[in-house]
Amino acid sequence: MLQISAFKRVVIWGVCFIGLLFAMPNAFYPRVERHNDAAKAIEAGDTSPETAADYAAWPNWLPSTIVNLGLDLRGGAHLLGEVQVEDVYEARVEALWPDVRDALRPLRATVGTIRLQDSAPGELRVRISQPEGMEAALEAVRDLAQPVASVTAAGATDLDVRAEGDVIVVTLSEAERLATDERTLRQSLEIIRRRVDEVGTREPTIQRQGERRILIQVPGLGSAEELKALIGTTAQLGFHPVVGRTSNPDQDPGLRNEVLPSIDEEGVYYIIEKLPVVTGEELTDAQPAFDQNGRPAVNFRFNPHGARKFGDYTAENIGSPFAIVLDGEVISAPVIQDHIPGGSGIITGNFTVEDSTQLAVLLRAGALPAEMTFLEERTIGPELGQDSIEAGRIACIVAFIAVLAFMAASYGLFGMIANVALLINVGLIFGLLSVIGATLTLPGIAGIVLTIGMAVDANVLVFERIKEELKTAKGPARAIELGYEKALSAILDANITTFITAVILFVMGSGPVRGFSITLALGIITSVFTAIYVTRLMIVMWFQRKRPKTIEV
Amino acid sequence: MRLRLVPAETNWDFFKLNKITLGFSGLAVLASIVLFFALGLNFGIDFKGGTTIRTQSTSQVDVGAYRDAIAPLGLGDVSISEVFDPSFDPDEHVAMVRIQAQEGSESVSVETINAVEAALQEVDPSITFPSVESVGPKVSGELVQTAVIAVVLAIAAVLVYIWLRFEWQFALGAVAALVHDVTLTIGIFALLQIKFDLAIIAALLTIVGYSLNDTVVVFDRVRENLRKYKKKPLNEVLNLSINETLSRTVMTSVTTLIALISLFVLGGDVIRGFVFAMIWGVVVGTYSSVFVASAILLRLGVKRDWSKPDNTAGNQFANVDA
Repeated sequence: MLQISAFKRVVIWGVCFIGLLFAMPNAFYPRVERHNDAAKAIEAGDTSPETAADYAAWPNWLPSTIVNLGLDLRGGAHLLGEVQVEDVYEARVEALWPDVRDALRPLRATVGTIRLQDSAPGELRVRISQPEGMEAALEAVRDLAQPVASVTAAGATDLDVRAEGDVIVVTLSEAERLATDERTLRQSLEIIRRRVDEVGTREPTIQRQGERRILIQVPGLGSAEELKALIGTTAQLGFHPVVGRTSNPDQDPGLRNEVLPSIDEEGVYYIIEKLPVVTGEELTDAQPAFDQNGRPAVNFRFNPHGARKFGDYTAENIGSPFAIVLDGEVISAPVIQDHIPGGSGIITGNFTVEDSTQLAVLLRAGALPAEMTFLEERTIGPELGQDSIEAGRIACIVAFIAVLAFMAASYGLFGMIANVALLINVGLIFGLLSVIGATLTLPGIAGIVLTIGMAVDANVLVFERIKEELKTAKGPARAIELGYEKALSAILDANITTFITAVILFVMGSGPVRGFSITLALGIITSVFTAIYVTRLMIVMWFQRKRPKTIEV
Repeated sequence: MRLRLVPAETNWDFFKLNKITLGFSGLAVLASIVLFFALGLNFGIDFKGGTTIRTQSTSQVDVGAYRDAIAPLGLGDVSISEVFDPSFDPDEHVAMVRIQAQEGSESVSVETINAVEAALQEVDPSITFPSVESVGPKVSGELVQTAVIAVVLAIAAVLVYIWLRFEWQFALGAVAALVHDVTLTIGIFALLQIKFDLAIIAALLTIVGYSLNDTVVVFDRVRENLRKYKKKPLNEVLNLSINETLSRTVMTSVTTLIALISLFVLGGDVIRGFVFAMIWGVVVGTYSSVFVASAILLRLGVKRDWSKPDNTAGNQFANVDA
C-alpha cells in the first residue's frame, strides 16, 4: 500500500529540480539579461571591461534562458503590415515589353507593325496590324514564358498569353502569381529584418502572418511611427531618363512615361520614362557622405552589371538630364556632364544628416519588392509596461499569499503540502516558459494568477475525497490511496476540457490572447503533474515516516 | 481548528426550487440578449477599428477641454474617459481618448495622431502619451470573425468531449450551462458598458473552461453515484452528488476568486475589464454547474445501468424506478 518506486521518486524530484533550475534565472532578471547581452556583444568582438563585468555577473554553467517579456510589459512598437503583392505583377509585366518587342520583330512580315497599347496594371497589350499573323505572334510570345520556379506548380509556365481581336494580351499565370507572392513575402521579411537589425534593437519579432501579412514587434523602440518610417518606405531607387519638365501634374506623359513630383521643388514635375536604366537592386553599397559643398548626401556604388549599364547610358546621353527617383518622387535630376564609368556616384538633394543616414540604411538593406500598408499599429511606452509588471507582480504575490494562507487554514498539514506543490508549480511554469522561449504578456500574468487559483483545485479534489474515504473507516493509508484513485477521473476530465479551450485560444488567438493561452495550458499541465505526483509523493513520504494511526485532512 | 466554508455533512435539496432557479436563469439569459441588442457592446478598437491614445498628466484631466481641443480636427466620433486606479500616484491623471476609424484609410495616419497629440498638449503642456494603438477596419472585421469562431469551436469541442466521456444528456446539460455563462457575461458587459476587446474573448473562453471544470466534477460524481445507487431516484442521486462535491466546489471557487480579486484590485487598470469578466464568470459558472447543468440533466433523464449495455438509454422513462 502507498508504494512509490524509488525510480519514480527520482524522476518526480528530478523533473521538479530541472524545472526550478530553469526557472531560477527569471528571479535575477536584470542581471541575467545583462549577461546575455554581454555574451552577444563579446561574440561580436566587444572587449570593454563593463561588458566583461556584466558577463561575469552570472555564472556561465547556470541556465541563462529567461522569459521574453511581451511588448505590453516592456514597451515598444508593434506593426501589422500587408504586402501589396500586386505591385510586383505590375513591375514584372511592364518589364516584359522590350522582350516581347524583340520576339515579334523578326516576324514583321507576318504580323505587321506592332504597337504597345494602354492597359490596366498587371497586363501588357500589344496590337498587331495584321491579325492573320496572330497564331505566329502568340507562339513567339509564348516562347518567352519560363517554367514557374516552385515545387507546387511543376510544369506550369509563368505567362498567360491570349488574343483579343488584333491585340495580344500578356498576364502572369495563376501559378506564377502564387509563386511570386511567396517570393515577395519572403523578400519583404528578409529586408525588413535587415532594416530592423541595422537599427540594432534587442529581440525584434518579425513574423509572417497568413498569406501576405507581416507582424513586426520591436521592444524598446520609441513609437510605431519611427518603425513605420523605417520599414514603411519601399526604398525603390531608380535612375530614369528624363523626357521633360512641367508644372502640370495632370499632363499626359505619353505612353510608357509618367509624371512624378520633385521632392524639394514645390510645383515642379518631371516627365520620365517608366522603365529605369538602373535600379537600386544593383547597388552594392550606400554610405552617408557630404557633397563638395558640404551638404549631406549619399555615396553609392553599383555592382559590375549595374555599373556597365550606367556607364553605357551616361556615355550615350551626355548633356541630357536623368532623374534619381525614390519611391515615386524625384530626388534630383542632374544633367549628365560626362561618361561615368566606375559605377559609383553621389545622390545629392535637400537632405539633413538624418535623412542621408536613413536613406543610406534603406538603400543598403535593399528595397522592399512591394509597398506595405499598415493594418494595425501600437505603441506602448516603457513606463506603462513597467507599471504593468509592477502591478502584476504585486497582484501575484498577494494572490499567492492569500491562497497559501487559505489552504493552510482549511487543510492543515495537507494544505501546507499543497502549498509547497503550488510553489513548485509556479516555478515549473516559469521554467517551461523560459525553455520554450515563450513571451510573457499582461494577460499571461493573469493566466498565471488564474492557475494559482485553479491549481489547488486538483489537490482540493483529492483532499475532499480522502476526507470522504476516511468516513468509511478503512484506515488512513487506504483512504489516501482511494482518495487519489477516485479523484483521478474528475481531475483528468476537468483539466482536459480546460486544456481544450486553451488550445483553441492558442490556435485562433493572436498577440496577448496567445500569451494567455500559453500560460493557461502550461499551468494545466504543471498543476496536474504536481497534484498527481508531487503532493502524492510528499504525502506518502510523510506517511511512511510518521505512520499515524489517524489523519486529519 | 480548521476553516470550514461548508458544513462537513450537507443534505441540501438543490432542486426544491428547480422551477424558480431555471426560470430565473432563463430570464437572465433573455435579459442579456435584450441588453445586447438594446444597448450594444462597448466594442474596443480591436473589434471596431480606430485609435486609442492613453494620456498621462500631472494635472487634473479636463474631459471637456480635451474634447474642445480635438473637436476642430473633425475626426468624427471621439470618446474621452478618465481612468482611475488605486495604484496611480496622487499627481498621476490618466485618460483614454478613442477616435473612430477614419474613412478610407486602414490604420489612422501619423498626421492625425500627431494633430491630436499637439492639440492635447496645447490644453495641458505636461501631458504625455504612454500608449497609442490603432487598428484598421479590415483587421478588426477579421478579429470579430475569429473571436466568434473561437467561442463556438470551444463549445462544440467540449460538447463532443463530454458526449464521449459521459452521455449526450450530460453534454447537453454542460453546454446549456456554458451558453448560459457566456450570454450572461456578454449581458453584464452590455449593461455596464465595459470595454469589450480581444482580451475579453480570452476571458470568455476561460469562463467556458472554468465552468466546465466545475460541471465535469459534479457530473463525474453523478456518474459514480449512478453506478453505486442503482435504485435511487435521479433527483436524489443528483442532490447527493452535488452535496458531496459541494465542499470542493466552494473551496475551488473561493481560492480562484481570492487570486482574481487581488488581480482586480492590484493588477492595474489595463487588465481590469478582463479580470472582471473572469470574476463574473467564476461566480456564474459555479452557480450554473449546479442550477443549470444538473437541473437540465435531471429534466433530460439519464441511462441508469452503467454496468451493461442499456437499451433505454436517453429514454424519458429511464429514471422511473422499477
